[in-house]
Amino acid sequence: MAAMTVDEISAIEDRHPQIFQRPAYKRFWPLLLIAGTVLYLGYALWFFSLPQVLRESHWERLPLFLSQWISYDLQPEFRLDQPEITPKYPRFSALGENPDPDWVIKNPDGTYTVQIDGEAKSVTFDKTKATITANGVTVPIALTGSKPVVTGPVPDWVTVHDDEIVAKLGFAGEVRVTVDRVKVRKRFLGWANFVFDTRSPFFGKPYSEVISLIVSGPELKPGTSNLALAADNFWNNAQWQHGDVWTKLLQTIVMAFLGTLLGGIVAFPLAFFAARNITPSGVLSQVLKRFFDFMRSVDMLIWALFFTRAFGPGPLAGSAAIFFTEIGTLGKTYSEALENIDDKPREGVLSTGANEILVQRYGVLPEVVPVFISQTLYQWESNTRGATIIGAVGAGGIGLKLWEAMRTNSNWANVFYMVLLTLLVVFIFDNISNVLRRRLSRTLHDYNRLQAEQG
Amino acid sequence: MTLSTTIHSDPTRQQADAWRRQTSLRRFYTALGVGLLLVAMFATMWFADEANAGHFYDRLPHTLDFLSWLVPKDWNDVWRALFDIASPNDKGTQEFNFPLGRVYIWGGFYIPEYFELMLTTVNVALVSTFIGFVFAVPFSFIAARNLTPSPILRLVVKRFMELLRAFPEIVIAGLFAAIVSIGPVAAIIAIGLHSIGALGKLFYEINENIDMRPEEGLRAVGANWFERVRFADLPQVLPNFMSYTLLRIEINVRISTIMGAVGGGGIGEELKLAISRGFGAKTLALVLLLFITIFLVDQFSAWLRRKLVGEQAFLMSA
Repeated sequence: MAAMTVDEISAIEDRHPQIFQRPAYKRFWPLLLIAGTVLYLGYALWFFSLPQVLRESHWERLPLFLSQWISYDLQPEFRLDQPEITPKYPRFSALGENPDPDWVIKNPDGTYTVQIDGEAKSVTFDKTKATITANGVTVPIALTGSKPVVTGPVPDWVTVHDDEIVAKLGFAGEVRVTVDRVKVRKRFLGWANFVFDTRSPFFGKPYSEVISLIVSGPELKPGTSNLALAADNFWNNAQWQHGDVWTKLLQTIVMAFLGTLLGGIVAFPLAFFAARNITPSGVLSQVLKRFFDFMRSVDMLIWALFFTRAFGPGPLAGSAAIFFTEIGTLGKTYSEALENIDDKPREGVLSTGANEILVQRYGVLPEVVPVFISQTLYQWESNTRGATIIGAVGAGGIGLKLWEAMRTNSNWANVFYMVLLTLLVVFIFDNISNVLRRRLSRTLHDYNRLQAEQG
Repeated sequence: MTLSTTIHSDPTRQQADAWRRQTSLRRFYTALGVGLLLVAMFATMWFADEANAGHFYDRLPHTLDFLSWLVPKDWNDVWRALFDIASPNDKGTQEFNFPLGRVYIWGGFYIPEYFELMLTTVNVALVSTFIGFVFAVPFSFIAARNLTPSPILRLVVKRFMELLRAFPEIVIAGLFAAIVSIGPVAAIIAIGLHSIGALGKLFYEINENIDMRPEEGLRAVGANWFERVRFADLPQVLPNFMSYTLLRIEINVRISTIMGAVGGGGIGEELKLAISRGFGAKTLALVLLLFITIFLVDQFSAWLRRKLVGEQAFLMSA
């Protein structure tokens, strides 16, 4: 490689001074930006007292919550101080009124066996002793004294507390033993009673039986067809509330649709008066633009709270909030689109002596309508997402239901169900809007090309 | 009769007829579309009204009553609420207990409560946008078709970002509220995760539209993937990345306000309380502060974006 001489190097430097001798602020601004960001992050760390928050957080709950999204548990309890040992289930358990699961076995010798994960993870007990089997190890526990005692070595998945012995069996569940009771938690993958709840006459029946009942069975409830009864039982499922969830979801969709559409309808005429090239009055244009800014800057939250107070909680309040915000957003984007149009078609129509309205109709509209529709669709799409959040402050829709289900920390499966439905809706609407916008953009593209070809 | 046959055979006339048919068909479709839209509009209006707790026409006359409590008896109370100055109207209720919220920094020097809350909200937005930016940049390079040859890797990253974008923020916030305690940190995590998805999508679309010649040049001299991305791609896309990040800050300030109202800390919660209890002066002070802040953030971001990428930042691509 031929080496450059000093003269050549300085000649290049002289030819391109803007590259080699940049002002100091231009050379150092990336460094300054990074330093500023680091300083700000340090400040944020202190502001949110992040180390303390993280120290006090309960990350061990995360896998538990996540597993609750897709599973449910049953917690039978066996009292040992009664004359006879009988399993007791919490009220409203997923097993219904008369639980008799096949994983709780009463042995011929009077002992009980609870299979938590088949034979491999199980507990067998009577009033004097309990035996926990898991991970290939058998742990005998004597229950005759004043507190339970493990006879033999204690494996690391068993914790001995003062008066209770806890065996954690991973995802499958856990066993808690004291001298007077054995408590089992068994976890199942899936959603319990998703179709019919425990009060339904169809509860606990296999699908084939349910279908044959619906098709040709005797009426389970006199005067109602089995199909209507099944639909009613599904819709009013007490645990999953399908009817309520779907209605709320529809409300969310309606809020986004109605708010965006009304916003577009109101913003459309206003945008013409706000566009500087169409309206000769500078004052009117400025007033309208500031009005759009105002509607946008008074946040959707504020509008939502106001309208919730005015109309009461519900989708009307949510629609109104989106409507008011959209007047600002769409008004701004519409008027910007109008200001960017090509003036020649307008002048052409004007030169034929057409009046103001006809000039807008034939000189301006054909150019901006695809842009308007495209932007409105984009806002509709983003409002469908946004409507979920403002629902949580009482503005209707699925948001509030989600928030309430989460607040109790116990209903994560329901939360996940609603999230899945929301994701589905967002996905469908994204795609509809994308397809429509792509078709429009083809129109726009053709139009632009045509203009370019005609010079 | 002979006249009409001659006209029909005229090619110009045929063309005109075809044009007229086409136009009337198009008009019919337009009318049909607008009609369907109107039907949908009135149907949804009826549905929203039915499902609401209070109905539109019943509540409309009361809307003005409800606005009347917004007008404070003493307009000075708005300023007092804003700056935590004791009010002579204070009768021991929560409506006028302005000085209680003072956040003392040093000695007698304090930050008014609402400014502190607004600061929290803005900080939540800034930190979560930063999280979004930091993760979205590498993801966007992996997701871009022209930079990453492996289709499986691209697909995985794209789907992941899509999931983050579509997942309702409120659920992430609720989940983390149970883990890191309710408050601004849960809101940061929720908005941050969402921002990763939202920014990542915009970023990889920019990446796919770059000029590939610098990249080819670097490839020819044997640069590895990191060097090519750093020296060929990044200089081209950074101004656009910054512009979209600034736009994201505007959006995140709004979202973090809403998050505050559902327990994410910051000004949203106070606003929700003030409105639901009908504290006129406090509500006006909060709305004023929020309005000014959002307006300033928008204007500053618009100014900076104009400097970074010029008018292009304001043209929404169709």
